[in-house]
Amino acid sequence: MMSLRRLFAVMRKEVWQLKRDRLTVGMILGIPIMQVLLFGYAINTDIRHIPAAVVDYANTQLSHNLVTDMEASQVVRIYARVGEEKELEDRLRTGEVSIGIVIPEDFERRIQDDSRAAAQLLVDGSDPIVLGAAQQLTAMQQHQSSQKSASSGKLFEVRNYYNPERRSAVNTLPGLIGVILTMTMVIFTAISLVRERERGNLELLINTPITSNELMIGKILPYILIGFIQVSLVLFLGFMIFDVPIQGLVVDVYIITLVFVSANLSLGILFSTLAKSQFQALQMAIFVMLPSILLSGFMFPFNAMPTLAQWIAEILPMTHFVRLIRGVMLRGAGLGELLPELLVLMAFTFITLVLAIKRFHKRLD
Amino acid sequence: MNPELAIECHQLTRKFADVTAVNGLDLHIPKQTIYGFLGPNGSGKSTAIRMLCGLLLPTSGEVNVLGHQVPQQAEQLKKHIGYMTQAFSLYSDLTVKENLRFMAQVYGLSGKTQNRRIDEALSVYHLQGLQNRFPSNMSGGERQRLALATATLHDPKLLFLDEPTSAVDPQSRRDFWESLFDLVAEGVTILVSTHYMDEAERCHDLAILDHGVKVADGSPSDLMASMEAWVVQVEDSDVLKLKPHLASLPDVISVSHIGLHLRILVNKSIAQPVAYIQQQTGFLDTDVQVREVAPSMEDVFVVATQKRKQEHDR
Repeated sequence: MMSLRRLFAVMRKEVWQLKRDRLTVGMILGIPIMQVLLFGYAINTDIRHIPAAVVDYANTQLSHNLVTDMEASQVVRIYARVGEEKELEDRLRTGEVSIGIVIPEDFERRIQDDSRAAAQLLVDGSDPIVLGAAQQLTAMQQHQSSQKSASSGKLFEVRNYYNPERRSAVNTLPGLIGVILTMTMVIFTAISLVRERERGNLELLINTPITSNELMIGKILPYILIGFIQVSLVLFLGFMIFDVPIQGLVVDVYIITLVFVSANLSLGILFSTLAKSQFQALQMAIFVMLPSILLSGFMFPFNAMPTLAQWIAEILPMTHFVRLIRGVMLRGAGLGELLPELLVLMAFTFITLVLAIKRFHKRLD
Repeated sequence: MNPELAIECHQLTRKFADVTAVNGLDLHIPKQTIYGFLGPNGSGKSTAIRMLCGLLLPTSGEVNVLGHQVPQQAEQLKKHIGYMTQAFSLYSDLTVKENLRFMAQVYGLSGKTQNRRIDEALSVYHLQGLQNRFPSNMSGGERQRLALATATLHDPKLLFLDEPTSAVDPQSRRDFWESLFDLVAEGVTILVSTHYMDEAERCHDLAILDHGVKVADGSPSDLMASMEAWVVQVEDSDVLKLKPHLASLPDVISVSHIGLHLRILVNKSIAQPVAYIQQQTGFLDTDVQVREVAPSMEDVFVVATQKRKQEHDR
């Protein structure tokens, strides 16, 4: 049984409340902007002004030129010139600098020798961005015409201090849409019913003819629109700032979003029927958020994970979303080719929504 | 079910873990009356009201409200009842008008009826000037008027009011009760819970609840007339000293200090209550005034709850 009038009443009420909830509005717009800028910056390997210190044992014209060249590249900024390597390591450990440049005494001889690196970079590998920048520096060529013979040799060798493996470059932005939607959507609905219970509104509401369906679906529908706003914002920022194109159809992106957002909202509302307080609802949302970010294939390649982690990942809507959105945005796949993933998300939505409606009773006990 | 009755329940009981919140409650509430639940906090008033609307499942007992079996037919009942919760439960972040609009839609009123009923509610409950205000910035009396306005939007036949005046000043309480009598004149039945004696006295009938048990019921005048105790008043400037002695007497139900006099409830079994108190206080031949006075609602309440306590102790 479903009355459209009551459904619209609930939807309109949600919009009224949302409009006045500045923090939530801030979250709707702020989280996508923040995430895109933050992650977008990380995608951008053209890093500038990394703090560095140098120890120049050679102290020759050539070694001075090298340091000047490095500064000119703007990748590093030399903060200190120190006397010995030990001091470099100290500064690296305290975090004062992220790159240490060691120019050995026999620098000029090494430059002539193709088999050996001429100088050394000590890199704070705990920061993958710095590591990436250091890789860039190794490609730097000695450009002085007087030293033509050196151009074929390796100028630097990289000694990675804290992160022995390099992080594989991923196409962050499409997956990032999933992260943003999981963070915001689950929380919106997870909190919504519990909040009404905590504020006492629910006791009044369950004493009216309203049905569970009307209440649940009325609470979900307005947020689908919010999801579209967020996706549009991310796509716009991604395109304008970071030139992220959409290889497939834009309409497909929105269809995927619709299904994924519905799945998250239904999950949130199910949490809302289980939680006893807004705090509990938030905790449940975090329980989904973390594995979604870590296991979905957004951060690490799905196939490299152990089987158990893969099973868990298959339950998470985000895993399917990452496959769908990467397919459409990066590989230009059509929805027809990705249908199974879409169907899994639809089934997930249906099951969680039915569970939520079944769990919700118009009673206080 | 008797068609003259709005609410009928038999041996209604609700247990929470090891506490029996409502114990064997029988009610026969006639239509178009104000029926009161009088009792202290924790006496089971709210639990009883919630069971009568179907919000809580009874542990045992039968309930029939407006011809509907509750909880089985609670959903059909919802259209015909209005409910005011103990704490304000409308949305603080919706304006007065938005709250009314939302509730009118939730009750399924058609567009035209919605507008008419909202306009009526705004004028009857003097809310026109507050239309665009948020309840969070309104006084207790204003919020309560809004709550009653929303509870009556859909023309319910029966209203459940759970301690509706607990956060309201005396003038607003008076106005509120005037509104209730207007509603009854229109044919509405009202069940109201309270812990104020003056409010209980305004009800057509009431039940005194104590620890989930109905210890007395009837109209306020009948309850006062049939009270099983005398009320004796002692006027003396030094009454304080007498209190411990009087309170320890087996035939004194209670002694309370009111202004410059003591109000003493004496067991009905004492034939001459005035003389009895004069003897006990040594005021037999003095000019200290000892006289019998008419019982109040509070006296009824004290006697009823004391009686239960004694039976319980025994």
